[in-house]
Amino acid sequence: MFSVVATAVRFYVLPDADTLSATHPAASEVGMTSTTRTTSGGTAPLPRAILSTHGLTKAFDGFRAVDEVDLAVAEGTVHALVGPNGAGKTTLFNLLTGFLPASAGRIEVAGQDITGLPPEKVARLGVARSFQVTSLFPAVTARAHLELALQAGTDLGRRFWRSDRLLARFTGRARELLDQVGLAERAEAPAGSLPYGQKRALELALALALDPRVLLLDEPTAGMGLEDVDRTVALVDRIRAGRTVVLVEHNMSVVGSLADTVTVLQRGRVLVEGAYRTVRSDPRVVEAYLGAGVA
Amino acid sequence: MILALLDRLGARPAWLRWGLLAAGLVSVLGLPWVLYPPVAADILCWGLFAVAFDLLLGHAGLLSFGHAAFWGTSAYATGLIAIHAGVPFPLAVAGGAVAAAVVAVPIGLLAVRRSGIYFAMVTLAFAQMIYFIANQWGDLTGGENGLQGIPREVPGLDLSDSFVYYYAALPLVLAGLFAAWRIVHSPFGRVVAAIRDNPARARALGYSVDRYKVVVFTVSAFLSGLAGGLYAVNHGFASLQEVYWTTSGKVVVMTVLGGIGTLWGSLLGAAAVVRLEDWLSTSGFDEVGIVTGSLFILVVLLFRRGIWGTVSYLLQRRRAAGAGMRSAESGNGTVRDPAAGDRPEPSLVKEP
Ligand SMILES: Nc1ncnc2c1ncn2[C@@H]1O[C@H](COP(=O)(O)OP(=O)(O)OP(=O)(O)O)[C@@H](O)[C@H]1O
Ligand SMILES: [Mg+2]
Repeated sequence: MFSVVATAVRFYVLPDADTLSATHPAASEVGMTSTTRTTSGGTAPLPRAILSTHGLTKAFDGFRAVDEVDLAVAEGTVHALVGPNGAGKTTLFNLLTGFLPASAGRIEVAGQDITGLPPEKVARLGVARSFQVTSLFPAVTARAHLELALQAGTDLGRRFWRSDRLLARFTGRARELLDQVGLAERAEAPAGSLPYGQKRALELALALALDPRVLLLDEPTAGMGLEDVDRTVALVDRIRAGRTVVLVEHNMSVVGSLADTVTVLQRGRVLVEGAYRTVRSDPRVVEAYLGAGVA
Repeated sequence: MILALLDRLGARPAWLRWGLLAAGLVSVLGLPWVLYPPVAADILCWGLFAVAFDLLLGHAGLLSFGHAAFWGTSAYATGLIAIHAGVPFPLAVAGGAVAAAVVAVPIGLLAVRRSGIYFAMVTLAFAQMIYFIANQWGDLTGGENGLQGIPREVPGLDLSDSFVYYYAALPLVLAGLFAAWRIVHSPFGRVVAAIRDNPARARALGYSVDRYKVVVFTVSAFLSGLAGGLYAVNHGFASLQEVYWTTSGKVVVMTVLGGIGTLWGSLLGAAAVVRLEDWLSTSGFDEVGIVTGSLFILVVLLFRRGIWGTVSYLLQRRRAAGAGMRSAESGNGTVRDPAAGDRPEPSLVKEP
């Protein structure tokens, strides 16, 4: 009997205690006012780091995919993470979001140590991610995807005795999000039937639906047509208000138009960090990566 | 059954929906007229058990190979409550179902750490432990002899006739079926289905995957317990058979035969297996297990969608073909819809 009560308590009571949902209403409102925005003009004194890593390392059988990375992402900025294939960008995202355990080092979000937290707790702390390899529910419609994401910020998920018609309360917001990413027409299409570019857009909308403080986007424009890339850039520019964006991106014009700060990774290590203009002309970077594409 | 039909047929035309609903209602109400009533009641019990099992296998994607633990725990607990407390049988059965749920929580907590075939192994191991306990604890369970003389009582009703018992048990079974349907179509059910299809994405959205699995596991055990208790009362005794691994296997066969993830298909699968076994044993054939085992292999090899799944697949394909022609005429091209027949065949075990 005790164990039943204990589990029920764990499931039905605790989630609220370990969420910051009280201070961070997940996407129930249209406005994005949950965090105070620090305007990043570039000249203003540096805002505090909302996300930072300290000696963060991930070794796969001795191979260091991420090697003693010290990263400080300033609140309210768009921070790009670039580097050649295999540099460790996605691995770093997996570490930041708890999908991989770190071999060494620490991760902090707003001063709180989150090293070792499971992905769902990291998400509930307001750190949302998109996946480089699109990760959706193929049989579920685009609209229902967003309802699922919006529902995550409430305790509806525990109501197994209620009708799922309750989710109708999220439909309006879901449609807004679909509209933002250009999927308004495809609301009722199962995700599996969407063409690649639209899957990417839905992937982005899912992360946005969580109304995160920190948004980690892993190559959001990869494989998109020019038009979709432009729309995505405009979208990220719009939704950056009130939040921090960490962006992995190979497209340098996207990086150039969005990023306040760029960190270049190479073989798991930070090669250079700074403003886009300085980074792209840095000889080491030119040599390692950027030269051909940008100069 | 009734609500079942409503559910699966949600996307179908109203006349078909109501037609099937009426057919389901008539067959459930008429069953003890056409079948030997104790067998009809067995179909009810196994049907609920298989639906509870499909809630876990089809909707949460978790293959338990130890569900006899919950069916059997409740059979014994129901029997003991009915014998010693002398309460009306629905109360005893409710107590049995609670006992099954209590047993399920620690098993679930440990099992959900594994997935795929390893999950099945952990549940099997625990079920064998329950079997061992039931066998050893002869003072309580009657050991090899089983727990005899379970009364079936409700004040003001004479339930000695199995025909009457069928209708007394029916509301509980319908309540259990309704609960399963309700859970699948709840906000909770949406999360569970999402976890089944893509656990990593569900976690990235902030859902505690393991907690949801434990809850759905426990609910499935509770409903299995409801079924097991009604079964014990139907027969007036509970035996080691109820906690034996073959019982776990039988419910897998029923659900797979009916159609994984169809919920109501499990009722058909249960009815078919119970009928078949009854027919085999009355015609003097002893090796019932061989037949159900072969049936299982046939279904898994040739007939993955099961009865309900195959029928609705064919229906939807016809409809999709019709819709395709129409949209081709209007120049829209066809839109693939995974919900309408493109859904892949279900598999028993999803590898981690
Ligand atoms: N689970 C794993 N096991 C072993 N090695 C891995 C694993 N995940 C990544 N790696 C290796 O770590 C290195 C970094 O991979 P990662 O995916 O982080 O690169 P990336 O910077 O995201 O590259 P891309 O631009 O191609 O996405 C690669 O050499 C990769 O092979
Ligand atoms: Mg990558």
